[in-house]
Amino acid sequence: MATKTNSKTTETVVLKDYESVIIFTPVLSDEQLKDAVSKYRKLITDEGGELVHEENWGLTKLAYPIQKKSTGFYILVEYRSKPDFISKFELAFRRDERIMRYLTVSLDRHAVIYNQRKRNGEFNQGKKDQKQEGAK
Amino acid sequence: MKKKSNATTAMVFNTMPEAPQKKKFCRFKKNGIKYLDYKDANFLLKFVNDQGKVLPRRLTGTSLKYQRKVTQAIKRARHIAVLPFTGDSLK
Repeated sequence: MATKTNSKTTETVVLKDYESVIIFTPVLSDEQLKDAVSKYRKLITDEGGELVHEENWGLTKLAYPIQKKSTGFYILVEYRSKPDFISKFELAFRRDERIMRYLTVSLDRHAVIYNQRKRNGEFNQGKKDQKQEGAK
Repeated sequence: MKKKSNATTAMVFNTMPEAPQKKKFCRFKKNGIKYLDYKDANFLLKFVNDQGKVLPRRLTGTSLKYQRKVTQAIKRARHIAVLPFTGDSLK
């Protein structure tokens, strides 16, 4: 009996929270970047995930050169998806030559709360200016 | 000198052996920080020396639970080029 209920719960779609930072090459034009981002946005929603938040940091200086480039377009996407979607998502990243680097992180509940608060613009006291700077 | 280091709670480095050491504390436990953002370079810089190496708990006073998160966050930040792997003068 217990096993039956277990199998049922695994069948229902459980969405997990993830966050990906994608670094695009600086050679892209604004339009190309928009195209690329919308492609991944579509990929998330097509696979039954939902986009929570998207952030464009613009052309940002890298701490060290990647592929002989010293800047890159940073895109941050926060989304909820099935866990097996991540491998597909990252495979698409690896096949895409416009992407120099990516990082996908699964978010625990503290991280989700933190991101929400950051979006709403409220921070822990004392850390205010630092975190705002980090968000830019 | 002691007063100064107390005022800037960010980096309490009481390496002076003669002065009675103020007890170090874990800033995460004290301030109730539960999540470390790997995208926040300015905050992570506090846990890194000027070469970009991770500082030991011995110096920062971070508890083990959060030191693990600190190192994790720093490694993530390095991967996405928010923090450098090495550097001469980060500060």
